[in-house]
Amino acid sequence: MSAPLIRLEGLRVAFGPTEAVREVSFELQPGRSLAIVGESGSGKSVTARTLVGLTGGRAQVGVDRYEYLGRDVSALSDREWRKVRGKEIGFVTQDALVSLDGLRPVGKEVGEGPRLHGWSGSKDELRARVVELLRDVGVPEPELKARQLPHELSGGQRQRALIASALALDPSLLIADEPTTALDVTIQAQVLELLEATRARGKALILISHDLAVVSRMADFVLVMREGEVVERGPAAQVFGDPQHEYTRKLLDAVPSAHSRGARLSPSSAPRLAVVPEHRTAPAGEGPLLRARDLVKSFRGPDKLARTVVQDVSFDLARGETLGIVGESGSGKSTTARLVLALETADSGVVELGGRAWSTLSERERRPRRREISVIYQDPLSSFDPRWPVERIVGDAAEDAAQVSELLDLVGLERSLRDRRPLELSGGQRQRVAIARALAPRPSVIVCDEPVSALDVSIQAQVLDLLADLRDELDVSLLFISHDLGVVHHLSDRVLVMSEGRVVEQGTADAVFLNPKHDYTQRLVAAVPRLGYQREQVAA
Amino acid sequence: MAATVLKRLAGAVLVLWATATFTFVVQLFMPGDRATMIINTQAGNLQNPSPEEIATLNERYGFDDSYLTQYLHYLGDLARGDLGVSYNQHQPVTEIIAAQIGPTIVLTVSALILAWVISLIITVLATGRDNVWSRAATGFQIVTAALPPYWIGTILLVLLAVQTGIFPVEGDTSVIGLILPALTLAIPLSGFLGQVTQDEFERVLEQPFVTSSRTRGMGDLGVRLRHVLRHAVLPAVTLSGWALGALFSGAVLIEAVFSRPGIGGILVQATSGRDIPLVTGVMLASAVMYIVANLLVDVAYRYVDPRLRTA
Repeated sequence: MSAPLIRLEGLRVAFGPTEAVREVSFELQPGRSLAIVGESGSGKSVTARTLVGLTGGRAQVGVDRYEYLGRDVSALSDREWRKVRGKEIGFVTQDALVSLDGLRPVGKEVGEGPRLHGWSGSKDELRARVVELLRDVGVPEPELKARQLPHELSGGQRQRALIASALALDPSLLIADEPTTALDVTIQAQVLELLEATRARGKALILISHDLAVVSRMADFVLVMREGEVVERGPAAQVFGDPQHEYTRKLLDAVPSAHSRGARLSPSSAPRLAVVPEHRTAPAGEGPLLRARDLVKSFRGPDKLARTVVQDVSFDLARGETLGIVGESGSGKSTTARLVLALETADSGVVELGGRAWSTLSERERRPRRREISVIYQDPLSSFDPRWPVERIVGDAAEDAAQVSELLDLVGLERSLRDRRPLELSGGQRQRVAIARALAPRPSVIVCDEPVSALDVSIQAQVLDLLADLRDELDVSLLFISHDLGVVHHLSDRVLVMSEGRVVEQGTADAVFLNPKHDYTQRLVAAVPRLGYQREQVAA
Repeated sequence: MAATVLKRLAGAVLVLWATATFTFVVQLFMPGDRATMIINTQAGNLQNPSPEEIATLNERYGFDDSYLTQYLHYLGDLARGDLGVSYNQHQPVTEIIAAQIGPTIVLTVSALILAWVISLIITVLATGRDNVWSRAATGFQIVTAALPPYWIGTILLVLLAVQTGIFPVEGDTSVIGLILPALTLAIPLSGFLGQVTQDEFERVLEQPFVTSSRTRGMGDLGVRLRHVLRHAVLPAVTLSGWALGALFSGAVLIEAVFSRPGIGGILVQATSGRDIPLVTGVMLASAVMYIVANLLVDVAYRYVDPRLRTA
């Protein structure tokens, strides 16, 4: 075996009394890829940053042995690290959308590494090099993009530019921290291909991700981290195909997909719902509970040109049914949700709720009926008054105070948390509060706009299970919007695929995802990274 | 772009017109007969002028005309750049102001520049570092932001001019003479601008693109100067338009403390002498200063934040 590119033994990182990373060790050969997976707080990002000496000023870092290219780098000063960063180790930071300086042209950012590490050529040569780098990572019109500001590039282009900046000095190792988070699935697939191609050119890759499917596709070797410790390690095929640690199994089971339909994602052995309150059912009428016909909505852009965001969207939602809406950013799915909620007035088309007029009512007429439909957002925190305790947040939406504790029992929020304020809750707990609040007016329809996108996979699993239970027990209908095809496939009965404001395909979840008819759906489905080693017993 | 410029110009004209109208209306509602007042201030004593004297003055200034006629005359004169003649100094108001506004502009602009320099040095060097110097610098900014300028002026005068003799005590229009008054105005403003900038600086230091630059091998000072600073100055740039206006009024007091020539002295005299044309002139000059300052801020903002140019 050749000498490892990187050899790390016994890495420990603490922030004050909190141990963020405990005894992490690994080796990586040149040209191979290692993935570190884990949920938020697992220490995976801290580990990655420590590899380039950027743990942060307040951290105490200890390591038994850290060698890079055979050289001991465990005790480098910051000045010495600066010579390594960018030149010997390229680093693609988290949050591609905000990882380029918004006030500087993209080309300046890409050329920053070479300039810092003693660019010997002229300014024109550097400019040419930057354009070449951008072209190599597949940025279209690289000369133009190099002069533009980050906000003038799409998300995928920004991520490519960021990767170009990390590759600028041809380092032997590329560390990518969540390189595909916040990107649309088709863009995500392209970025993964780019990383794969980079690796094929002989670069070693360390990939940090919470997304098991992304990892399973990319990595030779996997470390699974939880609360600062490596709980499982091994070749990817082994970790995903035959996980040994209980936590790895739990993570894999929690990934929603076609296989998991109808099954529970979280291992909780608790009864499905502790209490089932009497729920007002919508007036028993024939026909769909929610009916949208030919919705059209356009907005005027800064250039005064109208852009049609929603075009001829029609659908029905029956009682107790879940209708999933999938599409990439800008496809019009959130605007459709706002039209259904009557927060936005359609240019044309109608929405009927409970068999009666809805979108055509005046706001005064609509207000008493608003309780029939409620909403859950991706980021509940911004929809809560930060000064209010949980009980008051839910109580504000409930008909009477006695209901509050029943609702909080229903969503499984522990009693000890009920006088806390939103900031004192975890992401999953906040989403439970949001669900309780959405249930409080006893609605017949709940619109869920990316309700689990910001959650870790195991928390996401619990929230999805909760939503499924509530839907089944209370007979509410869900309009479920998500960019995550796995999540939608797991939960939805029927699915609407949106692209550029139009519904390009609709049908039962299985029909749409397993046998997509439309080009766009086919591309979308093909782009989804899958757990290559999906355990079939889940489906069985 | 042309539309933006036109809009700004129209806005500027509107502000000037509003200021002019406001001062016109205020002088109508001042207690007492205007002609009597003018005669009294000119004579330097209180008496009842004869009806003939009053009639002459009313004739001369058009006080007998209807308010509307007076207003239209006033606006017409303004449009021609004629601000009238000072009641007390018997000179055209434009000449008086033109002669005195120079030192005031020099003082306020140097104070603003000084305030920026002080606050930026402290911010770049001290923000986000956990040491004694950083805490001391932050403390300094909070204290200075709260200090009244005339107090600072007096202290500086006593310490640096009277006791050591390094700087002239008063009435000096040279560059050396400018230092103390400019510092006096700049110190509290630097504390204020510094606090705003520091908050933003701290926030930007945590942004992903900053980490991103560090991973390319950028050192700490480089990160601060090349990336963070530009983002962090934006709120303070916005405030600078207001600050320049505030300095202009602050200058009135400081010019008195240091016995400097300037528009402050005129305003004090004109107000106590009820010299309406002169007061109006100074107010309009201040309004123009405000407008120019805010235009400059707009230009500066577009320079610092290129996103505005393309949007």
